[in-house]
Formats: sequence, structure tokens, C-alpha cells
Amino acid sequence: MSKKVLARLQERFAEKILSVDSFRGDDEATVAPADWLACARFLHDDPECAMDHFIDITIADYPEREPEIPRFDVLLFVRSLGKNQRVRLKTRVGEGEEVDTLTSVWLGADWTEREAWDMFGVRFRGHPDLRRILLYDEFVGHPLRKDYPIQKTQPLVPYRDVGPSKLAPFGPDEGNPFGRIDWLARMSGRNLQVSPAIAVQQGQRPALSVDNEDLSTPQSQPQPAQTERKSS
Amino acid sequence: MGDMTTVMGDSGFATTNFDALLGWARKYSLFQYPFVTACCGMEHMATAGSRYDIERFGAGAPRFSPRQSDLLWVVGTITQKQAPALRRIYEQMTDPKYVIAFGTCASCGGFYDNYTTVPGIDKIIPVDVFIPGCPPRPEAVLDGLILLMEKIQNGDREPAVLPLQQLPPLVALRNKQGSAKESA
Repeated sequence: MSKKVLARLQERFAEKILSVDSFRGDDEATVAPADWLACARFLHDDPECAMDHFIDITIADYPEREPEIPRFDVLLFVRSLGKNQRVRLKTRVGEGEEVDTLTSVWLGADWTEREAWDMFGVRFRGHPDLRRILLYDEFVGHPLRKDYPIQKTQPLVPYRDVGPSKLAPFGPDEGNPFGRIDWLARMSGRNLQVSPAIAVQQGQRPALSVDNEDLSTPQSQPQPAQTERKSS
Repeated sequence: MGDMTTVMGDSGFATTNFDALLGWARKYSLFQYPFVTACCGMEHMATAGSRYDIERFGAGAPRFSPRQSDLLWVVGTITQKQAPALRRIYEQMTDPKYVIAFGTCASCGGFYDNYTTVPGIDKIIPVDVFIPGCPPRPEAVLDGLILLMEKIQNGDREPAVLPLQQLPPLVALRNKQGSAKESA
């Protein structure tokens, strides 16, 4: 639908457009971080493109492709309301690298860039107010990175010491086990629904910390948690 | 006040013990502070509405200052960022204070199993009654309230969980005249 925008970009920037891709109506151009701001400004200012609707800036993390390709994809989604065309601009940055802010082009980029910094830790050069927007200032790290530990929480209020005996008998049929899902056990193919605390409580697994547990040998399939039902 | 009361013949007097009297008075005058953060709030409103009418149990009047309330309804997901606010509100309430964890998220974090959600508000503040459900039906909420009232009457501060509810089967409204389909 917006291939003429890609053609227009290639006409203007020539070899600075590293690659273009069109898949099921989604058109995408990849540029180097140095050309990020110029291309975005061209998309906004050029009368043929006229990208007046800023949708989002977000990031995708691919740590496994390093070091050949930088790990972060910074993605810009923009749309032209008048010309009914939509395009995606992409650039790739690595750990610690910066990309230019687009707040001078679209004011709406302010908060989405703050969110991108908050979640992935990619800095935007020249941003007027690059602070965390969703998380609290005490948070260490960037949680949507693939290398952020999946079960790591950073409580602001120290947790009270409550044992598993206080847990409610939520069953697998409820869809919401009462307590955290044992992701490590789930990835190893056993104990699909029961949280670690309940599994220990019901004797399905010994009270080990998940860090030093050997997950290579699957155990026998545990019984689902029994739930008391009120007789009708 | 049930078993705690002894009627003294025809004298017109009854005796009880002081704790039972106090519990009886407290359980029928719960002033609630709704800490509503998420979608469970709709069921909380339904419970307060005329069809279910939480006022029947003396727990209808919401106080929008924690200093005037003695029952904290935590309704919805509590994030780590919000936890200090919840903690402070709990500390501002005057004794005796009771807490109900309304719904799965408040009880255990629910399916928000990640860096941002408190896995159950009992990690932050003491809880008297957990009401499971995503969200719980108003009937379950009322059952939870009655459970809390029993605990107040008995002076029991041990956390309790509302048992899972078995809802009655659905019944077709029109099936005798054949105007509705047979399938339920």
C-alpha cells in the first residue's frame, strides 16, 4: 500500500537506505542510526510522504544475533492521514549506543521514547526529558530485555514473611494458580500449573531454590492441585 | 449474638461477654475504604448496587479517607510502584482494621507474573479474607464479607480464603412453549 513511500525514500536517500521490505501490506525501510533523524524528518516534511500521524516508537531485542548485528531494532511507526499510507522505519543499535530523538519532528515521540528507554535502555540523543515513565526510579535494569531474569522483581516495600500456608486453594481449573507459576519447571516440561510454593506445600517437590535445582531430569507427572468445592 | 448470649429467665436481661458484644457491634458497622485499581472494580460496584446491596450487611458506606475507615477493600492489581501507597494507606487506618483481597490479582498477582506486579497483597499488608475469582461474582463478594463478619465476631485474625463457589446451572428462560431452542 505504501511502496511509493519506500520508493520515495530510496530516491532521496539512495544507498543510505540499507534495505526495504514489504510483507502483507507492511512496508519497512532500514537505515543506519546516523540517518535516523534525517529520514524521519523527510517522511514528515515531504509532501509525497506527509507522515503526519505519529503512532509509536518501540524496540525489539535480539541478543542472540550479536555480535554480527547489533541487538536492538528501533522501530518507528508512522502514518499519513491525508494520503492513507503507512510505513515502518527501522534502525539497529547495540548496547550503549544512542539514536537521535524524534521529538523535534513529532512531539508525541517524547513519551514513547521515554518508554523505550525505560523498557530497553536505549538512549535517545537530544531527548528533552529522558526519565523512566512507567517504572519507578529505584528500578535497576530494563525489564523487557531478553536477558532480564524472568522472575526477578524489585519490590519497593520489603515483603512480609508469609509462608505458603497462607496460600489459597486455587486450582488449575481456575486458570489462575494462587501464586507464581514455576517457569523453570514449565520449560522443562513438568508441573505445568502449580506454583512452587503450592508444589512444596503438597509435597510434589522438595523445598529447593530454583537456582540450584537440576532441571535436566523430568520427574513423574504430579497430580493437579485438589481444590475444595462447596457442595451445592 | 447466638451462643454467647444467655437470657436470664423472664427478667428481661441477657448476659454476654464483652468481646462478643464488641465483635457484634463491629461487624455490623464496617466503614469501607475501596482501593480500586482494576477491572474487579466493576464487580465491586455491582456489589454496592441495588441488586446485591452491600448496605444490607452494614458495610455500605464508603469512606474516602483511610482515617475514617476500618475495612480496606483492595480491588485489583497492585503494582510494585503502587505498593508504598497501599502500605501507607493501611498504616493510616485506625485500629481495628480489616483487609479484604478482592479477586485473583490482589490475592496472588494473578496472571501478571512478572517484574511489575506484587504477587499478592499479603506480601505488603496483612489480609483477613481472600476472595478468589477473576473477577469474583457479587455473590462471592458477599460470601467473603459474611466470612469476614464471622471472623470479626469470633476475634479471629487468621487469614481465610473464600472456598470456590459452585454456581447453579443455567436454565433457559423459555423452553416450555418451544419458542426458544433446546440448547442451553
